[in-house]
Amino acid sequence: MTQLRHPGKSRDCFHYRLAKQRQIPAFVGMTIILLALCSPVAAQQSLPPAPYAYKQLEDPRQEAEAQTLMETLRCLKCQSQSIADSDAPMAGDMRHQVRSRIAAGEEPEAIRAWLVARYGDYVSYAPAVSETTWPLFAIPVLLLLGAIAVIWRRVGRRS
Amino acid sequence: MIAELGLAALWLAAALAALQLVTGFLAVKESGGEMAVLVRPAAMVQGLLCAAAFVMLLWLFVITDLSVKLVAMNSHSDKPLIFKLSGAWGNHEGSMLLWITVMALAGGLIALLERRLPERTMMATLGAQAFVGLGFYAFLLFSSNPFERLPQPAVEGLGLNPLLQDIGLAMHPPTLYFGYVGLSVAFSFAVGALLTRQVNPDFARAMRPWVLGAWIFLTLGITAGSYWAYYELGWGGWWFWDPVENASLMPWLAATALLHSASVLAARDALRVWTIMLGVVAFSMSMVGTFLVRSGILTSVHAFAVDPERGTFILALLAIYIGGALVLFALRAGSIAEGDRFSVSSREGALVVNNVMLSAILGIVLLGTLYPLLTEAFDVRVSVGPPYFNPVGAVFVFPMLIVMAVGPLLRWRQDDWQRVKRPLIATGLVTLATLVLAMMPGSIDLLPLLGLAFATGLAIASFLPLRGRALLRVPLATWGMVIAHFGIAVALFGMASESAFSQEKLAAVKVGESTRVGPWQVALAGVEPVAGPNWTAIEGRLLAMHDGGEAIELDPQARNFWAPPQETTESALATRWNGQLYAVIGNEAGQGRWQLRLWWKPFVTFIWYGGLLVALGGLLALIGRLSADLKRRAVYARAEARQRGVHA
Repeated sequence: MTQLRHPGKSRDCFHYRLAKQRQIPAFVGMTIILLALCSPVAAQQSLPPAPYAYKQLEDPRQEAEAQTLMETLRCLKCQSQSIADSDAPMAGDMRHQVRSRIAAGEEPEAIRAWLVARYGDYVSYAPAVSETTWPLFAIPVLLLLGAIAVIWRRVGRRS
Repeated sequence: MIAELGLAALWLAAALAALQLVTGFLAVKESGGEMAVLVRPAAMVQGLLCAAAFVMLLWLFVITDLSVKLVAMNSHSDKPLIFKLSGAWGNHEGSMLLWITVMALAGGLIALLERRLPERTMMATLGAQAFVGLGFYAFLLFSSNPFERLPQPAVEGLGLNPLLQDIGLAMHPPTLYFGYVGLSVAFSFAVGALLTRQVNPDFARAMRPWVLGAWIFLTLGITAGSYWAYYELGWGGWWFWDPVENASLMPWLAATALLHSASVLAARDALRVWTIMLGVVAFSMSMVGTFLVRSGILTSVHAFAVDPERGTFILALLAIYIGGALVLFALRAGSIAEGDRFSVSSREGALVVNNVMLSAILGIVLLGTLYPLLTEAFDVRVSVGPPYFNPVGAVFVFPMLIVMAVGPLLRWRQDDWQRVKRPLIATGLVTLATLVLAMMPGSIDLLPLLGLAFATGLAIASFLPLRGRALLRVPLATWGMVIAHFGIAVALFGMASESAFSQEKLAAVKVGESTRVGPWQVALAGVEPVAGPNWTAIEGRLLAMHDGGEAIELDPQARNFWAPPQETTESALATRWNGQLYAVIGNEAGQGRWQLRLWWKPFVTFIWYGGLLVALGGLLALIGRLSADLKRRAVYARAEARQRGVHA
């Protein structure tokens, strides 16, 4: 009812919390741990967060790698927040996924690919050049050329 | 009764806007027509009526009149007074009323004060202002009436979103709206000048204070919004490239470009067409921002499609104003000469390059913001975020920073590179040295590296225009430029440093235990429940010691609001001159341990100090320009009086 329209960054996260009990199963079944435990859905409420949701990896190099990756993954239940910036339980679960996979020696790009395969391109903040995203890269190139052209014309027009 | 009075005031104001529109354009068609005397008073009274309507809405919130729908939906009798007041504009209808009030007051102010421009151009400007105003009145009265009554008064209000119950955020939307509305005045000036084809330095001087004022407010609004997100969202992020943030950044970029090109027009009578174009673009960006934030399209394109009334309304207004202005521009631009020519190695030349760069950055932000909405309409969901905006924007930002360092040193019209070679080479060497120094640890990414180096170079370069001048005789406007450019360097340094040197620590700690983050030793001294007027919370008592120094107490909270029910984290910050310790308490982690999130962010505060410096620079420039205008006016008045004396 109360609509927070403007600074809605974490609005959906909060809605998410309010809506925990009536969650859509697609999102509940998202991590391996939750897959094992997700029914009945209400039980999720009493679950502690996945171990690596709020815990860093021992190896600082691995943690840095995980952090860099997490900052480029979208919290699917939030508005414009990465999973590194969110209190939403789902973001916590995804952080756990990323950290435990990095710890197991997986490459960050392999983890991204795995997540994209699961949730689609939407989960990655770093758009890859593809059929649907090429204008995102073509237009800046055009802008660059246009900028050079405008400045060039000015250079030609000496007083 | 109060609600009805407010509504009546709004309708009257709308009627006056219609009068102002008709009489204004009649006065343009035949100058000296009798109707022209009505235009200025109509604008002034309209401003007063809107202000009255807004005060009535504030009053309804103060007394929590629950028979008014807006109050019942957004307020609560338990709320502290300040948040009852801010609740008046913390919602769609109220914020649109605030927008139109500020706009009407601005219109009244130009009607009252502005006498420099030819009267015909003034009439056209006020007519355009009324035209823009009418659209917003229609929007407010037909689809977003803030004074609507409920059939049955509510028993209790639903409350204001807890995230909004924060003093910083109470002030944030009004600040941005002042900025948006200032740009609407610039737009009206541009349309007025297009209609009468009188684009000259006087036009730029009349428009400039409004652009400067708008720009100062936008700068403050963005800075405050960023700091709010930083401490309120609880994860230490300060910019998310969220569409709502971009909605405030885009008008700022356009206003920055407009400000600089208006300066060229005022000083050198060049860049006429370009300045008009930017005037139209800047207000378009305000409208796009309003559309994005107000239409609900951001939550989901499909949600927008289900309840499209408001969104469609704003979209229609956007199409009418922007489309109309662009058509007018296309018709008239050919008949307006571009103005004086200049060489590329001149201050105008540098300003043109910067204008082009700013426009390109604006284009990228606009593209990245709208593209996901566009694809979503075709059921393809893509995310565009920092990994896109940062590098793609940087392609344009870094060249712009170079021009920003060089440009102010150059003379108008034509300059010789030899004259400014030495200080520039010195600055370049310092930049390079910083870059090499920052590369030493080998762990910093490219963009923060460049950021650190360019920030250092720009910080030095921004003071070079003062070289060899008697500091007390430097005009205030020049000081403003120097400080604003220095502010950009400071902010850039903060951003780069935050990204390069931040340290994070997530820990589960028992009471009595402690943990380390960067140079800080943080002990959890206790955890207690506390209660506020409309929330309860778990409060952690942390004792933080910087390098074994004295302990500072920090009290982060995890709050539970009950109207409406929501959880928020209240972070606690320890600020030193060289950075901030950022502490958040999370949930209980079992066995009596509590989740702590700690960050040490070196020089992060420079981001907002920089923003404040930029705004301060704008303020100095505004004061300098206005006082120069007043002096000029006094000189003209005296000359006129003397002439009259001669004739008599």
